[in-house]
Amino acid sequence: MTLAPERVEQRLREQFPGVAFERQRGEAVRDFTLFLPADQLVGVCTFLRDDPECGFEMLSWMGGVDLLPRVPRFECVYSLLSVKQVTRFTLKVRVPEEQPRVPTVCGVWPTANWHERETYDFYGITFTGHPDLTRILLPEDWVGWPLRKDSPLGYEEVAFTHNTPGRKLPSPALKKLAPKKVRYRAQ
Amino acid sequence: MRSETMTLNMGPQHPSTHGVLRVALELDGENVVACKPIIGYLHTGMEKQAEYKTYTQSIPQTDRMDYLAPLSNNLALCLSAEKLLDITVPERVQAIRVLLTELTRISAHCVWLGTHAIDIGALTVFWYCFREREKVLSIYDMVCGARMTASYFRVGGLAMDIPAGFLERCEKFVDEMPGHIDEYESLLTKNPIWLARTKGVAPLTAKDALAWGVTGPSLRGSGVNWDLRKAEPYSGYETYDFDVPLGKHGDAFDRFAVRVAEMRQATRIAKQAIQRVRKLGEKGEYRLRDWKYVLPPKEEVKTSMEALIHHFKIVAHGFFPPVGEAYHAVEAPKGELGFYFVSDGSSRPWRMKVRSPSFVNLQALPVMVEGKLVADVIAAIGSIDIVLGEIDR
Repeated sequence: MTLAPERVEQRLREQFPGVAFERQRGEAVRDFTLFLPADQLVGVCTFLRDDPECGFEMLSWMGGVDLLPRVPRFECVYSLLSVKQVTRFTLKVRVPEEQPRVPTVCGVWPTANWHERETYDFYGITFTGHPDLTRILLPEDWVGWPLRKDSPLGYEEVAFTHNTPGRKLPSPALKKLAPKKVRYRAQ
Repeated sequence: MRSETMTLNMGPQHPSTHGVLRVALELDGENVVACKPIIGYLHTGMEKQAEYKTYTQSIPQTDRMDYLAPLSNNLALCLSAEKLLDITVPERVQAIRVLLTELTRISAHCVWLGTHAIDIGALTVFWYCFREREKVLSIYDMVCGARMTASYFRVGGLAMDIPAGFLERCEKFVDEMPGHIDEYESLLTKNPIWLARTKGVAPLTAKDALAWGVTGPSLRGSGVNWDLRKAEPYSGYETYDFDVPLGKHGDAFDRFAVRVAEMRQATRIAKQAIQRVRKLGEKGEYRLRDWKYVLPPKEEVKTSMEALIHHFKIVAHGFFPPVGEAYHAVEAPKGELGFYFVSDGSSRPWRMKVRSPSFVNLQALPVMVEGKLVADVIAAIGSIDIVLGEIDR
């Protein structure tokens, strides 16, 4: 039996009458997606997991999206899966750039642990209440949030005389061949 | 008497962690008190790189994620992009894709079985398994010229048509394979050492498996009937006749039994797919005839001006999906492999998120081994079937 996502939305609206749910509309939004405020996330997720009609016992995955220059800048996507009802349901939370904070859903689905660490690692979004919010894929001493759109793809600057202190040109004749200035523009 | 625990670092260069997985173990004698998998040693930023490439250019990247099942990864990316574009490939293409991904499943399970058996001390099986894997790699070689990094599927079809004699070769392999699986089973299934090392080892209950997001054979080993080929059929899987093998106890042996049974089912599906391709023609449509999304065949480019223009457009820019997003998952040999694309209307994905099964399944390792013996950690890692290329991406 397949549960229609519209029915899940209806259940949510019945259960949480004061919460501003918003269906994502768009030309090519291929999966049923519902926006909700971040402070309601844990309550809604717990309800969706425990409700006998919905029964989303699995969090398939969650991840972040950077929508620069849109405000609020980030989105967290939660893809829920009900094995019993053979249904997927996508929840989204908007996250502002100034306060990139979302409550953790580790208490609802333990599998969220690594997904949230990955999102923290890539976007710098912190998950309040997370048991071990550390970098997961990147080295511990990495500076910056690599999947943010203002983070460049990454270059290691080539060592020339003009940018490497102490490096001498082999002969003055070659000096005119040295590049004046190389600047890498962040893409 | 004073007793204290010892911290042992297993990996990242340990041979039985299947790559560069590091597991920090806290041991009390031989018992595991705590276990923490540490990953990221193979991180190459594929999700970031994908934002700077067209959708098609990301296909070779996917080969390098789960490098034991390149075509399943290609399929997942192509189906997600096709969902975003809202296009469906011809039936013949679907059948060829099913045939090749099922062969991929067999070869991925062969590598898993061989290495898992080596970890537990049964060296012989490895050579048998790699003999059959070699045959699948030759089939890849025949169809696209690469043995491991196939990159054979394209959004909207295939890179090229299947060569002459391809179906006969697949058929020969598929006919031989059940006999070879019998060989593996005769070495393991009733082997007392194998049973002692896997029965009751690293158990995972169905409830835990779901809570930890475990998918694929590891989930089915715990008795949960969840196979995306049945639950959310893609590429015409609903029209194939096959069973979903299930385990009962969720231990390492059940996961072994499920995967071996899956290899038999995969030969069954592949056999049906071969018949289907033969019925639809050994030569024929191998891509969708919509040149807005798909590269026109080279023969047409040489004769038709319009095809030439489309050829240039596709090569220079790629295709332009509408603004939106799509997630599509396939049943890869290791579990649910899905790609999530966010499109801003340009020819490059704004965001590509990979839901890789190994990444999620590995998280359940502490649940399986805490409170058990340290030797069982090896059996547990082997029985989850991980590939670090896919975990770290």
